[in-house]
Amino acid sequence: MKGCEAIAEAAVRAGCRFFAGYPITPQNEIPEYMARRLPEVGGCFVQGESEVASVNMVYGAAQTGTRAMTSSSSCGISLKSEGISFMASARIPMVYVNVSRGGPGIGSIQPSQQDYLQATKASGNGGFRMIVLAPSTVQEAVDMTYEAFDYAHRDRNPVLILTDGVIGTMMEPVVLPPARSEEEVRELKEAHRSWAFVGHGEDEKRALILPGRWAGQENCCIENAAMYETWEKDVQVEEYQTEDAELIVTAFGISGRIARSAVRILRSQGYKIGLIRPKTVSPFPYAAFERLDYGRVKAILDVEMSIPAQFVYDVELAVKGRAPVTTCLRSGGELITREMVLGAAKELLERKGGLLR
Amino acid sequence: MERNLLVAGFGGQGVMLFGNLLATCVCEYTDKNVTYFPSYGAEQRGGTANCYVVISDEMIGAPVVDEIEDLIVLNEPSLDRFLGRCKKGGRLFVNSSIVTKKIERDDIQALNVPVTDLALEMGNSRIQNLIMLGAYVGYTDIIPREVMLKGIEKKLGGKRPDMIPLNQKAFCKGFDIGREACVKDN
Repeated sequence: MKGCEAIAEAAVRAGCRFFAGYPITPQNEIPEYMARRLPEVGGCFVQGESEVASVNMVYGAAQTGTRAMTSSSSCGISLKSEGISFMASARIPMVYVNVSRGGPGIGSIQPSQQDYLQATKASGNGGFRMIVLAPSTVQEAVDMTYEAFDYAHRDRNPVLILTDGVIGTMMEPVVLPPARSEEEVRELKEAHRSWAFVGHGEDEKRALILPGRWAGQENCCIENAAMYETWEKDVQVEEYQTEDAELIVTAFGISGRIARSAVRILRSQGYKIGLIRPKTVSPFPYAAFERLDYGRVKAILDVEMSIPAQFVYDVELAVKGRAPVTTCLRSGGELITREMVLGAAKELLERKGGLLR
Repeated sequence: MERNLLVAGFGGQGVMLFGNLLATCVCEYTDKNVTYFPSYGAEQRGGTANCYVVISDEMIGAPVVDEIEDLIVLNEPSLDRFLGRCKKGGRLFVNSSIVTKKIERDDIQALNVPVTDLALEMGNSRIQNLIMLGAYVGYTDIIPREVMLKGIEKKLGGKRPDMIPLNQKAFCKGFDIGREACVKDN
């Protein structure tokens, strides 16, 4: 299946029954698929008049406890950030997808990873956080979309799938998760009765959702911060051939899979090289870098499709200066290649007086 | 074993279908990994359309490659654009009906197939992509012939079941050309 279509189908199977969006390349297959698919399961698709309108439609639908979703690409995501921040403030669950493209501004329509810091640190004003999942394959995109709804509704918080134009447009074999039945979808919605607008009887306590509080906002922030602390258990990371590695390559998403294939080739040539690939980029798998023996690891190679590098900030935070971090970068819609990663890694591995003393 | 190809031509020559059909058949009927990546650009009209397919026993890294092993060009602008990226020792499949230029490389194997002429001879210009797909599969043996014929029936038969025999005939026509060339070259 095509990445975007697979994401849309996974969302429907997870119980998503409302989608609002606005066209932008390279994510158009998500709304296109939803427009066709949602009516089949009794759901609702709306093409809003803008990104701002569509994110607020999702805000409205999600307030009823309905599993709701939107998607866009980079500059469109920026437009949605106001709504996302409001939902994080009001603690409304929703899932959205950034099929990112080159930037800044209108950038280019080709794939990139230039929204990393926006996605993981500041998807809107106010310093809220979200779980951010970064798939490397279409299969991971499916699995992550499916679980994203569970995270969003567990925490009553937005969840972001941070992917890119390659994963979104490429076709790859996938195994789809089971579709939730109508009854299950109803039960999931009903489970939110205590806070959501589900239609309360006169004798019942009615729900009231505040978009933040004028007074007592600090308490909200403290409660939110406590929730973010619970995410340590949700960290997902792939550690590939790291046990005896002297060089660690680190990358996420599309760069992660390309880096992985480079690591596999260098391993087969006898180099002691490994890979750390965060699957959740928020919460970030800092612990995976703690597990490294810095007596042995001589260098870290950060691979990403962003110039200047962004992901490297989290890598530096994790490595804490215990090994030098170098970068291998592309940007603006240009895809990183395996040859580039191989070249950058070999340069480190074969450097005079370097790793293979 | 990993093998990649790039198919390029005018929009409308069936380039995307070539890649999509091959990738779908590999996915459904073999135990290999496969990726299909259509190019995105503002080049729908007059320019070239192209797509990549990577087939591998291992997990696939990049679905887009720098060094192309099998390059399939259906028009001349595609040849100009991609020939330099064909790997040394790679294979080039050319639609010799409309690509008349001399191939300026001697470190690759080139196979000329006049697919536009052959398609017109068979009565339908739209089957040129299937003739070329046949030639590619016949030459490379990347997937069994019968599997592709089954795939053509399943994937293309939905909308136009009446076209199945012609599509399969076109594929077989190309397959024989490819197989013959393969026997000669090796």
